[in-house]
Amino acid sequence: MTSRFLVRKLLRLLLTLWAAVTLVFVVLRLSGDPIVALVPADLPDAIIDQYRERLGLTGSILEQYGAYLSGVLRGDFGYSFRTAGPAWDVVASRVSATLLLGGAAMALAILVGIPAGIAAAHWHNRAGDRVIMTGAVFGYAMPNFFFGILLILLFTLNLQWLPSGGMGGFSHLIMPTLTLGLASAGAFARFTRSSLLEVLGAGYMRTARAKGLSLRRQMLVHALRGALVPLTTLLGFTIGALIAGAVVTETVFAWPGVGRLLVVSVSERDLAVVQLIVILAAATMAFANLAVDLAYGWLDPRIGQERRSQRAGP
Amino acid sequence: MSRRRSLGTTVALVVLVLVVGVALFGDFLTAYPYDQSNLLARNEPPVFLGGTWEHPLGTDRLGRDMVARLVVAIRISIGIAAVGTLISMMIGTSLGLLAARRGKAADDAVMGLVDLQAALPFIIIALAILAFFGRSLTIFIMLIGLYGWEVYARQVRGAALAARNQPYIEAARAVGITTGTIYRRHILPNISNVIIVQATLNFPQAILLETGLSFLGLGIQPPLTSLGQLLGEGRDSLASSWWVAVIPGTVIFLTTLAVSLLGDALRDRLDPTLRR
Repeated sequence: MTSRFLVRKLLRLLLTLWAAVTLVFVVLRLSGDPIVALVPADLPDAIIDQYRERLGLTGSILEQYGAYLSGVLRGDFGYSFRTAGPAWDVVASRVSATLLLGGAAMALAILVGIPAGIAAAHWHNRAGDRVIMTGAVFGYAMPNFFFGILLILLFTLNLQWLPSGGMGGFSHLIMPTLTLGLASAGAFARFTRSSLLEVLGAGYMRTARAKGLSLRRQMLVHALRGALVPLTTLLGFTIGALIAGAVVTETVFAWPGVGRLLVVSVSERDLAVVQLIVILAAATMAFANLAVDLAYGWLDPRIGQERRSQRAGP
Repeated sequence: MSRRRSLGTTVALVVLVLVVGVALFGDFLTAYPYDQSNLLARNEPPVFLGGTWEHPLGTDRLGRDMVARLVVAIRISIGIAAVGTLISMMIGTSLGLLAARRGKAADDAVMGLVDLQAALPFIIIALAILAFFGRSLTIFIMLIGLYGWEVYARQVRGAALAARNQPYIEAARAVGITTGTIYRRHILPNISNVIIVQATLNFPQAILLETGLSFLGLGIQPPLTSLGQLLGEGRDSLASSWWVAVIPGTVIFLTTLAVSLLGDALRDRLDPTLRR
């Protein structure tokens, strides 16, 4: 991997972050005088002016932009008017819940999706393949929010095995993880299957077969290695969309994470918090993309040398 | 290539015709208005769970007839997804052709916008816009219309660039047809397959986006209803009347499944190189 490659990717990351931060600023200003949305309307003018001062909403639009950028750089994202505390604290207290749920769901997606994809590729065009791929299509068409409700109906209301929501012990984690994890397991299965099918016809796979390697070794060591690049893309995309993916599932199961905070903040128009979560989501995506680019260079050294790395969305 | 329709495709076609039929002509199915509550007939079960034919799909916790609510919900959800798909198709196709036709500056500008759009998951953008601009039906429809434009733009640009080098375009140019006419009359019809295939992928996602946002209480607002809004309401009364949630949820699932299966079949037919 050349250092020019690394520098270019880092510049791209910074550019994306700057674009996201600026976009939030522009869109918020486009929607009217932000002070109207940021403070209650019935305050006396003197207090509104104090708020203007405090929120950096005085002076020309360029001065405001400067104040906003320097605030972002210092980690100052304004105040939540639901809690009156800094927006940063409000969001930070929710991050660990989202990471826990996202991590558990990702583990489930990989543990179910990749073996299912391998099995489907192995049984290509036979019954096993069809069963697995039908499952993947169903998972694609099944909305998260409906699947979650079906789980609640079955396991909470009918069998009374699991709590319907909130965060607590392991039992609280099961249904949200199933909801979020099985949705991406379908995508992992499809990706694994299609990239394995491409690889299985390659010359080195014929060599592996001719050498008399066991099926397990052929699949896990030789074939899967070739399929790692597209899988890394999907993995990066799933990690990058961590917050977006959690929005619906966290709301269904009252899981106290960033996604549910976003929904509540949108419906109460707590703009400082919304703004920070949007920036956080863009940063997550940008860092995940950077990690994927670096992983490409490591998995397939040819990629780091190319002028433009090609990336296919899932 | 086999022209035989598979069983799955046939079933999907039947489901889609049924759903669209209900959306268009469903008013004949019930005598009740969708928003008329009847406190004497609350939480009545559907007929297959021991209810009466008075309310074949039961009633919700305000005693509103579920058939009437479902008809309106299907109409709104399918309608918004269809309008949204059309809008994003038009935006994306125009920008894609612009990028292909108007030289490097336009190309860079459009592709920069595409990259920017791809830098954030759409649901985050949608939620931010709903927070900043407030909730109204117009903004909501525009949001669904924005969804997925960048995929059309990228695909149309690529297809137009490829088509531009074909001999029939050279021939058209040689006989003196203007560039505008070439794009409109020759390139656009020839890349329409790409656009149609993308629309079949975009449409179920638009349904899921609309129902998802409405489920969260941020899309279609009561008293109007949509499949997602209905499901969101049903979530609050799962213990007493679970069918209020399960019936609209099943409709969403079957509709997106049917459109996806039909889209697959259409893709195989339109694009022989994709056939597996």
